[in-house]
Amino acid sequence: MKILVPVKRVVDAYVKVRVRSDGSGVETNNIKMSMNPFDEIAVEEAVRLKEAGTASEVIAVTIGGSQAQEQLRTALAMGADRAMLVEADEGLQPLAVAKTLNAVCDQESPDMVIMGKQAIDDDANQTGQMLAALRGWAQGTFISALEVGEGEATITREIDGGLEKLKLPLPAIVTVDLRLNEPRYPKLPNIMKAKKKPIEQTTTADLGVETSTGLTQVRVEEPPARKGGVKVDSVAELVDKLKNEAKVI
Amino acid sequence: MAILVYAEHDGSALTSGALSALACAQQIGGEIDVLVTGSGVDEAAAAAAKVAGVRKVLVADASHLEHHLAENVAPVIEAVAADYEYILAAATTSGKNIIPRVAARLDVQQISDISGVEAPDTFVRPIYAGNALATVRSEDPKKVITVRTTSFDPVAAEGGEATVESVDPGADAGLTQFVGAEVSSSEGPELTTARIVVSGGRGLGSAENFKLIEELAEELGAAVGASRAAVDAGYVPNDYQVGQTGKVVAPDLYIAIGISGAIQHMAGMKESKVIVAINKDPEAPIFEAADYGLVADLFEATPELKKALTAA
Repeated sequence: MKILVPVKRVVDAYVKVRVRSDGSGVETNNIKMSMNPFDEIAVEEAVRLKEAGTASEVIAVTIGGSQAQEQLRTALAMGADRAMLVEADEGLQPLAVAKTLNAVCDQESPDMVIMGKQAIDDDANQTGQMLAALRGWAQGTFISALEVGEGEATITREIDGGLEKLKLPLPAIVTVDLRLNEPRYPKLPNIMKAKKKPIEQTTTADLGVETSTGLTQVRVEEPPARKGGVKVDSVAELVDKLKNEAKVI
Repeated sequence: MAILVYAEHDGSALTSGALSALACAQQIGGEIDVLVTGSGVDEAAAAAAKVAGVRKVLVADASHLEHHLAENVAPVIEAVAADYEYILAAATTSGKNIIPRVAARLDVQQISDISGVEAPDTFVRPIYAGNALATVRSEDPKKVITVRTTSFDPVAAEGGEATVESVDPGADAGLTQFVGAEVSSSEGPELTTARIVVSGGRGLGSAENFKLIEELAEELGAAVGASRAAVDAGYVPNDYQVGQTGKVVAPDLYIAIGISGAIQHMAGMKESKVIVAINKDPEAPIFEAADYGLVADLFEATPELKKALTAA
């Protein structure tokens, strides 16, 4: 079984983002960049399936600038077998990403695509579902458990009211939530080995994908700041403030 | 302009999230129709027809729509999409699951989780876990949108007189099969619509201690929430999680107990009208967002707060 894992280069989750003063976006120059945390969970899950003998090959793919090769190296160090960079303009919208991944699926014919449920930069939460739609495949979104059987996968989804269990025929696409697994830290020898592995390169143009979409960003701003309040000294004072000042109880 | 709102329901009425999506539709402006799907949904459709400002309720009723599987619901929306310039749904786990599937089939770049309508083609949405707000303009002939429910006050569930019309429910896509669900049976009000929310974090230390939060919530008639740390530690189920990757809440009063205030958590609660934080660490970031902060041991302060409220 072949698994494709798309990964995205994003501002590291622990960096406090700054909006550029000209409103053109969030500052990404000289900022620590990492693999989207949800995608790390996806890579981990795919590698575990490989280690368990369920998967035969794990392919990591990213779409973006050449710097995104760093994130592919991370995926290789974690245990992916191959890595592919699809060069494209920065800031592709989810629909364009889904179309590009669809073209990659045409080439690679994976049995399963495992990917993050959303990227922590644009928080769109669309690409997996869109890819499933374009391929006409089953989708399992926001999963916290995955069990792969013969020609099918059973997944547990985290939903608003609790958990939901579904059975998906393969090929299928799953998008992962935080509690699926705890990604490993790659070991140094694996990091060294990953540096030597080749990265396959192509472009959205080579894949024949139309990447323009109907959505444009007008501006990006800081959200209105919430002004900090006061410290109270006791529970009694807190109850008094809530009753007589805020009038919420 | 006509707007279609895909409305979630509980079998007898539309959810509060659906009513918020309808409020967003009213801000965009135009004739508003509602689509209700499921199996045996006459009652929900009748309730939808009474919602203020709805022109028409479309009903797709079939056994393969019972569990609202994206593979089966998306084609129903797609089949009626030709009549609409906007397709909206609440940005719940169900809306987020289904709507991108529709958008891709319509070749439209979806606009996720909008928190504001600036013009009929221009919308505001939080990015980077709410640390920035993006204003985006869509030139797509159809706009496919999910709506951040806490940003729009729900429309009235009564006062309308819409017509109800059956639409083709399509066929079972034959892909995903529903196996089962574990629905959490928390007592008290629903987290995303409660007037008061009491949330606990890692500071509680155990599932056993989390009862302190539940008891206080019961006293206040509040819903119970939790930080990601508390959920990851297994103190409470996943659907208690408040935050960017959990639920977004905006109650009148939010009480955060033993929660340090990670960006991820704040993104899910900072629109609350009044925020109270109880934490023993005076440097905890949660105090920067709190209207009232109490630096105290939660194991003393929480029972004391409950007692003070009981006495009052």
